[in-house]
Amino acid sequence: MNAHHVLAAATAASRTEHRTISLVLFAVFVAVTLFITIWASRQTRTAADFYAGGRQFTGLQNGLAIGGDYMSAASFLGIAGIFALSGYDGFLYSIGFLVAWLVALLLVAEMLRNSGRFTMADVLAFRMRQRPVRAAAGISTIVVSIFYLLAQMVGAGALVNLLLGTHGEAAKIWTIVVVGALMIFYVVVGGMKGTTWVQIVKAVLLMIGAVVMTVWVLSKFDFNLSHLLGAAADSSGKGDKFLQPGLKYGATDVWSKLDLLSLGLALVLGTAGLPHVLIRFYTVPNARAARTSVNWAIGIIGVFYLMTLVIGFGAAALVGSKAIMAQDKGGNTAAPQLAERLGGGSGTTGGAVFLAIIAAVAFATILAVVAGLTLASSSSFAHDLYANVFKRGQTAEKDEVRVARVSALVIGAIAILLSIFARGLNVAFLVALAFAIAASANLPTLLFSLFWKRFNTSGAVAGIYGGLVAAVGLVLLSPICWGGKSATVPKGNPDALFSEHTVAPFHMQNPGLFSIPIGFLCAYLGTVLTREKTAEKYAELEVRALTGEGAH
Amino acid sequence: MTTESNPRPEPTGGLDEAAYLRIEASPEFRRLKSAFRRFVFPLTAAFLLWYLLYVVMSAYARDFMAKKVGGEINVALVFGLLQFVSTFLIAVAYERYSRKTLEPLAADVPTDAAGASVPPQRSAAPSDASGGEAGETRPVASEEEAE
Repeated sequence: MNAHHVLAAATAASRTEHRTISLVLFAVFVAVTLFITIWASRQTRTAADFYAGGRQFTGLQNGLAIGGDYMSAASFLGIAGIFALSGYDGFLYSIGFLVAWLVALLLVAEMLRNSGRFTMADVLAFRMRQRPVRAAAGISTIVVSIFYLLAQMVGAGALVNLLLGTHGEAAKIWTIVVVGALMIFYVVVGGMKGTTWVQIVKAVLLMIGAVVMTVWVLSKFDFNLSHLLGAAADSSGKGDKFLQPGLKYGATDVWSKLDLLSLGLALVLGTAGLPHVLIRFYTVPNARAARTSVNWAIGIIGVFYLMTLVIGFGAAALVGSKAIMAQDKGGNTAAPQLAERLGGGSGTTGGAVFLAIIAAVAFATILAVVAGLTLASSSSFAHDLYANVFKRGQTAEKDEVRVARVSALVIGAIAILLSIFARGLNVAFLVALAFAIAASANLPTLLFSLFWKRFNTSGAVAGIYGGLVAAVGLVLLSPICWGGKSATVPKGNPDALFSEHTVAPFHMQNPGLFSIPIGFLCAYLGTVLTREKTAEKYAELEVRALTGEGAH
Repeated sequence: MTTESNPRPEPTGGLDEAAYLRIEASPEFRRLKSAFRRFVFPLTAAFLLWYLLYVVMSAYARDFMAKKVGGEINVALVFGLLQFVSTFLIAVAYERYSRKTLEPLAADVPTDAAGASVPPQRSAAPSDASGGEAGETRPVASEEEAE
């Protein structure tokens, strides 16, 4: 294996004895998932099989798969890292990610399952003229998914050096290529069935890993949360501040506080507009199963985020922020370093084994998430753009699925190339941006489609493009792109994409506070300023959404 | 189907537009819709406000959030944990409400071809046993479009 060769050739660091175990475990995971994928491909005949896994998954299975789709490396390693380095502020992220599921549960999941077929655009375009709405929804689906995908793949490249103790650019590039190739294989060959099973396996592994670490950490503190918090605060050197909000989002100027609100808003409203999350609701037989799958997901994701709190504070207490910062300034290695510490410390067999396990789980996590994203964007390309926009609905199912497979290959290849070029950039902001676009462009149109009788084609199109342009535009004007020093960014941003010196015209990193209202406003104005009415189709949508009549 | 500029490739499940309009106007469906909205809209507003209160206090009421309530546990941690608790409780409550109230109401909605041809009488008495024989007219749709 080339990747193995490259990794093995890299200079040995002090903590690399686990590398072989890690690679073997990861290889086992890959072998199992490839086997599942090939099995799934034999069960995949119709378009409903490819796009929606035959709609045969149970609520529990889909709940696990939703968890597998949603709990990215960013939420496992990233949030644990924020807890470990900035203390309490990790909670602001995880709570937003969890509460968001209530929007999906109460307003979206069942109605989408009942009235749609394969993609988010099925519901957005239901009452409308098909082509303009599907074009807009397809574009926004692909933009959201690709941004999210880039963040995950560049993240995978950055992680390999940290987790496997390798060095240099070659290991990064090989990781991106291997991750990309596997994700393409899962989607092209296994379709939704293969992807779902990969996500289920990953979710089970991740939960087991997190439970073991959590119980282990708590056992060191007599299962007393207060003791753990105290030890973390002492070890952090920041005392009580470590247990209070504000270390990470600590600036006290007006814009920084608004930025925190903006982030919170995008997190809580974004989830129910993420296309790769929405298409999971089509994989179950009916609305009740869609609902129970969200309930399972809420339970699984909620327990998982509670565990990241213990894991993060455990890393702060047992590993210490100095040792974590020495590995990675962003704290992404806090969880694996904690695993090594729990297993017996650096240089022990136990430490090496547990570190290897957690590192392998982290890569399994990335694979499952990127596969879901690739499937969402290729489904939308084939079903929305190709079949309904280019071919005006005049395609055979077989054709459509073939196009979906080809587009998964092409989108995957583009993502690999972009990730290789972007590997040196700090692209973590892309996850928050994907949530902001989902909340600004997709959610307003989705909610108005389902609940507002007067809504029409122009409103849907205006809402999607308006929210998309507002979210992306504001980020292009933000300190992420322009790194000059200002009251809000006193130290400037040396990682800024365009310029280190020019001061950003827009002071916040998170556009949601403005772009979400803009999305709703555009959808509203686009509707009331045009005459088209869709009340008859709305009656059909309502009946189908609430009763399940005519559901696929 | 519809005009050429507006192709509608999605099968509509065997009922035509008029049938959907009739179902939509039926008292059974109206009851389902209002029971759904009455539960879901206020609850959504409530949990969003509850969550925004948490975020706003994290940004603007840091002294209050820093107050210790016992050991190393402070208000911020309790508030955060309560967000988890409220999320779990709302999920459970909605599941129960769906099974007890919404699903039976949905089952009452006359969506078969015969029931769908009930004339749209908004003043119809709220009889739960909606006989089914309301109108023995022609089936509204003949072809079930198989997927």
